[in-house]
Amino acid sequence: MKNHAYRPLYVVIAVIVAILIARAIMVPKDFGIQKQGYMYGWHRLGNEQDWKDFKVKHRGREYCKDCHPDNYELNANSPHAIIQCEDCHGPAIDHPDNPPKLEINKARELCLRCHAKLPYKQSGRAWITGINNDEHNPGMECVTCHNPHSPVLN
Amino acid sequence: MMEVHGEVWTAKELFVYPNEFIVWSIQIVMYPFMTGLVAGAFVLSSLYHVFGRDELKRIATFSLVFSFALLPVAMMPLQLHLQQPQRGIEVFFTPHFTSAIAAFGIVFTTYAFIVASEIWFVNRQFFISEAIRLRDASSISDRIRGLIYRALTLGSYDVSEGALHIDHKAAKILAGVGIPVAAFLHGYAGFIFGSVKANALWMTPLMPVIFIMSAIVSGIALCMLTYIIVLEISLIRSQWFHRKARPGVARREPLEPKEIREHQMETVHLTKKYLVGFMVAAISLELLDLIFRGYTAVKSWDILRTVIYERDFYDIFILQYGIGNLLPFVMLLLPRLTLRRTVVSLCLVLFGVLMMRWNVVIGGQSFSLTFAGFMHYHLPIIPHSLSTLKEGLVGALIVMITPYVLFWMLNLILPVLPEHKK
Amino acid sequence: MIDRRDFLKYGLAAIIGTGLAVTETGKVIASAGKSDSVRWTFLVDTTKCVGCGMCVRACKLENEIPYDVSVSRTWVERYIVKTDGTFIADSPMAARDGFIDNVVRNDPDKPNGIIVPENEIAKAFFVPKLCNQCDKPPCVQVCPVGATYQTPDGVVLVDRTWCIGCGYCIMACPYGVRFFHPIYHVAEKCNWCYHRISKGMKTACVQACPFGAREIGNIKDPNDPVTKVIMTERVNVLKSEYGTNPMAYYRGLDSVVR
Repeated sequence: MKNHAYRPLYVVIAVIVAILIARAIMVPKDFGIQKQGYMYGWHRLGNEQDWKDFKVKHRGREYCKDCHPDNYELNANSPHAIIQCEDCHGPAIDHPDNPPKLEINKARELCLRCHAKLPYKQSGRAWITGINNDEHNPGMECVTCHNPHSPVLN
Repeated sequence: MMEVHGEVWTAKELFVYPNEFIVWSIQIVMYPFMTGLVAGAFVLSSLYHVFGRDELKRIATFSLVFSFALLPVAMMPLQLHLQQPQRGIEVFFTPHFTSAIAAFGIVFTTYAFIVASEIWFVNRQFFISEAIRLRDASSISDRIRGLIYRALTLGSYDVSEGALHIDHKAAKILAGVGIPVAAFLHGYAGFIFGSVKANALWMTPLMPVIFIMSAIVSGIALCMLTYIIVLEISLIRSQWFHRKARPGVARREPLEPKEIREHQMETVHLTKKYLVGFMVAAISLELLDLIFRGYTAVKSWDILRTVIYERDFYDIFILQYGIGNLLPFVMLLLPRLTLRRTVVSLCLVLFGVLMMRWNVVIGGQSFSLTFAGFMHYHLPIIPHSLSTLKEGLVGALIVMITPYVLFWMLNLILPVLPEHKK
Repeated sequence: MIDRRDFLKYGLAAIIGTGLAVTETGKVIASAGKSDSVRWTFLVDTTKCVGCGMCVRACKLENEIPYDVSVSRTWVERYIVKTDGTFIADSPMAARDGFIDNVVRNDPDKPNGIIVPENEIAKAFFVPKLCNQCDKPPCVQVCPVGATYQTPDGVVLVDRTWCIGCGYCIMACPYGVRFFHPIYHVAEKCNWCYHRISKGMKTACVQACPFGAREIGNIKDPNDPVTKVIMTERVNVLKSEYGTNPMAYYRGLDSVVR
């Protein structure tokens, strides 16, 4: 007499078993509670290495030194020594293999990032030599007169 | 052009963080609305099964099946919202229970099992009789129906006195157990919002309770409304039948139009009390939350005040509280309630509940985390990309219409409409 | 007649069985506890920031965030506090192109922008922002499937192969650092260039900044210059009231900063 009442339960159990089987197949084996515990460390462990393997793009100025000694030296002895080569030229990645050429951006806007004088005395901008964009040769490329690797005019 | 998710329907004003957009849009409004209907419909049916309110028997039978038709639809807004919908199943595989959303997998499935089991126990006798009747059927459609009913018997053909008694007992237990599960299903949806400390509007312990109360309101209202409409259709068909009476041709005689009318009003008077009761509870909690916020006036109050009392004043006070709450409340309580006035009130109640979800979800994203900027949501009407289709008006309409399609399909197997004299 | 006891017994067994099955995958793979030697920490010096936006540019190029979209893993905010006590703030395209004029364009009612004349500026400065890699990250807490997590050395990462794109982590972050990646359609955020710092390099933004406004260090190393600043100078963190214990410290953090 108890028989038929359990049948829906059997259906439920069958569905749960199906989910568990699918889970055993589809969840990566290294998924679990890692070092940080369940709240902050519930993840696939392999992903940590995935991110560590992400490609590094910016190499830093020392990477440029050997092939571009002239500009490197010029820059190093100028107030622009604080600027990374890749800031203006873009990331080296695997240059010269890939990309074979890096960008040479001569646009005025690139220089204005630091040198547009702004009335913000509490910011670092206040102590940078700057220009009024509307008055100082408006529209002209800065590199017409200033060498970016040695920008100070004598 | 590459699309940043949310950018196309978000208009930023003043100081908003660069990465901030309205990412929980219309489908996240629809989701608690749909689960609320599910929970409410189930509670209504349980009022009969558990508390033995016999006068509710017919609407209870109907609302149980309707609750089941709503269930898969409750999943739809989530699937339409997820940026990786095919990975939605991961909630069952690797649930992170510190997240309220992870509870979804367990609660939803449990609830589905309970509703399905209860429907089985309530209709088992019918399945068996139909399975036997169609055993030697001739037409293809009857053979398919026979097959479906045979499968639905789950192999049991026992219709003895004892077995039927077990059915009633089991249905009663499941209806009883289902009430807290239905409450939990919707309570946790409220917890999803209420526990987000980063959102100044959502963060309140009252949120789960507010959601449950308004869910029950919407469930009762929708069941009443659908039931009335469905009876209206059978009334029209009955009038057609009685005009063109051909004795001996029809297999079953429909109810008299007069009987249907009486039944409609009777249902209204019975369920109206519960509806109004829960409406009072829901609005009380919302007003309490609002009063508290204004009184305590914490850091976020300045921007919230601007959002609630200025920018969204119309959406909150006119649409939700006024047209969606106060107006139907008065309409339902005025004497000499007519069927037409009831139908209008019920539509307004449902609108009010939808506006509540809107004002919580969209309202919570109307101001920036900076507390110094705003975001305006404009619902995509004409879809011009997959995302504006899924998370636009078209997607919302698909979600709203599907329960009726499913219910129609379920009704083919499980007739729950008292069209015919038994 | 169903025996109530049997019904409950079998029901309970089913629930426990399911529970065990659910936790079975959750085997502890390594012993609990964080890394003993490294806990990454960031230091932002707002007094040095000039608003050039080189950090944002470098970040986008290093981390393959599409250049033309308005989202970025890191950004710079400009604050202009006026003499009447009010302030305006903006971060145009996340300051990808720096700030090259004194025009704030964040009000759609003012399409030509707002120019605060110099004599009405009480104070104005720039504030770089990025993920704080919180010690108690609310974004990790709310992830329903374990796609975002904290590494033993404190960085919060997102598993792009597992994220379902629900957006809960984006809603849960009080700092607004998370967004949906426009190509991968999963959650995305700054991860302190985990691929670089794990190799002993600096983050792209730290390396790109000519003025030393950004620095990364290890709070567990008492000789680390970042640690020394944090331990000996007056520093602050963003939105400490949320209890997230952010690990990005700020020098010169003004009260107006959001």
